[in-house]
Amino acid sequence: MRVLGISGSLRRGSHNTKLLRAAGEMFRAQGAQFEIYPALKLVPPYDEDDDREPAPAAAAHLRAAVAAADAVFFSTPEYNHSVPGQLKNAVDWLSRPVGANVLRNKPVAVIGASTGMFGAVWSQAELRKALAAAGARVVEGEVAVGHAHTRFDEDGELSDPGLAEQIREVVAALVVEVEPARAAA
Amino acid sequence: MSTTELDVLPSGTWRVDNVHSDIGFAIDYMAGTFTGSFSDVEAELSDGVLRGAAKVASVQVKDPNLEAHLQSPEFFDAERHPEITFASRAVRREGDRLKIDGEITIKGHTEPVEITGVLSGPIDDPFGNRRFGLKLEAKVDRTKFGLNWNNPLPSGEPALANEVTLIADLQLVQQS
Repeated sequence: MRVLGISGSLRRGSHNTKLLRAAGEMFRAQGAQFEIYPALKLVPPYDEDDDREPAPAAAAHLRAAVAAADAVFFSTPEYNHSVPGQLKNAVDWLSRPVGANVLRNKPVAVIGASTGMFGAVWSQAELRKALAAAGARVVEGEVAVGHAHTRFDEDGELSDPGLAEQIREVVAALVVEVEPARAAA
Repeated sequence: MSTTELDVLPSGTWRVDNVHSDIGFAIDYMAGTFTGSFSDVEAELSDGVLRGAAKVASVQVKDPNLEAHLQSPEFFDAERHPEITFASRAVRREGDRLKIDGEITIKGHTEPVEITGVLSGPIDDPFGNRRFGLKLEAKVDRTKFGLNWNNPLPSGEPALANEVTLIADLQLVQQS
């Protein structure tokens, strides 16, 4: 099983990217491959005039990465109570063409972190809504990491076992969504 | 057209005439009614049991983007649940109306349903067949089948109702 991680935060020290790294270890423990998408920042603004064959290289690369994955695991911050623009823009590229886009029937999960107290809950809800509208198979489960700057140690590892367990549950739910036979295990 | 009084439903085996049959739905949406239908349907009356099935991928509405949305996991989930099915348990007559109790399965959820309707015929058609008609209607709560999508209106009220009217207008042809 191949899982693609997409962080809604572009900065180097991103808490959401750290969450994805932690989730990646959990996916690997389940025998899945996991990689974090490295080039979200390069995706151009969605413009229907540009959305034709061949699509802009960065958008085509993103679509190919999602198409090649069995599942996508998102971690998003929250900007102004909503999804960061570049992440929403990526979903917009991925959602076209409507009837045959790469998100259609794709199992996806969403977690999130913010330095505020609410842990990006609104952003996560809006991202789930957009992914579902695009036709993705959005798994249940939410991890809202508030005060994210206090949740990692100096090595960038999760310092809260309870939080790790919450993430592990969402990871497991996504694995089962891809391979329902694992539910019995 | 005359209506023949029968022992509830005709005996024998009868199969749907697809070209002259429709299975669809109607649901309150915003200030009006949204309707759609399924073009690929099966129905058969055999041994007094009425069975029907509709292919989710054949859903037809006026916008192809919306057809794609209706087939997504947020609505019918055509990939994992390609068919909507129905089977009757009991058929009775109340005055000139039919009452059919049965079970309908949508998106993998099976729920009891009560259908009301009228029967026309059987008649001899111009092609040498015996056929009869059924106009059937039932109301179901879509949320019982895991179809929970909604969007709030500016007032905060949901745009889409939960109650859906399922409508079948069938012609069934006697099988030899």
